[in-house]
Amino acid sequence: MKHIVKITALLVALSAFWISLLQTSVLPETQTWLLPLYFIVSLGCYGLLMVGVGLMLFPTCPHEAILLQEDIAEAKGFLKGKGVDVGSD
Amino acid sequence: MEEKEENKYSIIVPTYNERLNIALIVYLIFKHLQNVNFEIIVVDDGSPDGTQEIVKQLQQAYGEACILLRPRPKKLGLGTAYMHGLKHATGNFVVIMDADLSHHPKYLPSFIKKQRETGASIVTGTRYVKGGGVHGWNLMRKLTSRGANVLAQTLLWPGVSDLTGSFRLYKKSVLEDVISSCVSKGYVFQMEMIVRASRKGYHIEEVPITFVDRVYGSSKLGGSEIVEYLKGLVYLLVTT
Repeated sequence: MKHIVKITALLVALSAFWISLLQTSVLPETQTWLLPLYFIVSLGCYGLLMVGVGLMLFPTCPHEAILLQEDIAEAKGFLKGKGVDVGSD
Repeated sequence: MEEKEENKYSIIVPTYNERLNIALIVYLIFKHLQNVNFEIIVVDDGSPDGTQEIVKQLQQAYGEACILLRPRPKKLGLGTAYMHGLKHATGNFVVIMDADLSHHPKYLPSFIKKQRETGASIVTGTRYVKGGGVHGWNLMRKLTSRGANVLAQTLLWPGVSDLTGSFRLYKKSVLEDVISSCVSKGYVFQMEMIVRASRKGYHIEEVPITFVDRVYGSSKLGGSEIVEYLKGLVYLLVTT
């Protein structure tokens, strides 16, 4: 099944649920009309939270840059001996 | 039936103006893949800086059987570079990686090990989990990366943590299957590959990798990437 079909089915199910809430008046009507808005805002907040948390916990590796420089020096030394031109570009 | 399978790994490295980096990468691949049967396929798009000359020198140093130079006349894009390299690959596994040293060959053994342990069709490197990481990104870059990732995860449910990464090991048959159905360009192409593979039900595993942003040469990223990215996301949302 294509992904967009899954997403559409999910949205249709949510809409059906929302309409049924409107019909049966389980909640006060004014509240029910605002539910989609609450949903979208919550989704947005969740997204922002995920971005923020991810940013805080973003894995970094400064030591890798140092190791890379060592590797580069080692490589240049070896390659020069083998007749490969490793002058900087 | 006991069958000792000899695995061969074809490493496709697309290059454009990577005169120094290609030599360093080749050295590091040989250093970290001792006792592994592999070949390096350099797909150079007519670099004006003499990258192909350096590759020929490397062939003298390491042997022409292990280093294949399969150039193209000009810049023709990443996707077609992989397809071109694939035509000349004689291994049963294919590794794709960047030539600019942001992908370090020292992770190649961990890709191979993961594949052997799990029998996965694809092993993809991820920068975003513990054990992985990036260096040389400022706050803005990290923010856009993280934002892009959250958006992609929410919309696409891809099943991998790093969508735009291009350090991957594929079973050759799987790569051939997936690449034939991809039409995007640039890094959206990388996203399309992994999302299509996920949709097709291929077994995908991840290994952490570290990504040190380009050391030598100029980065080929620029311009209105955000627009391209969003367009790519919508395209993948609707067509996969």
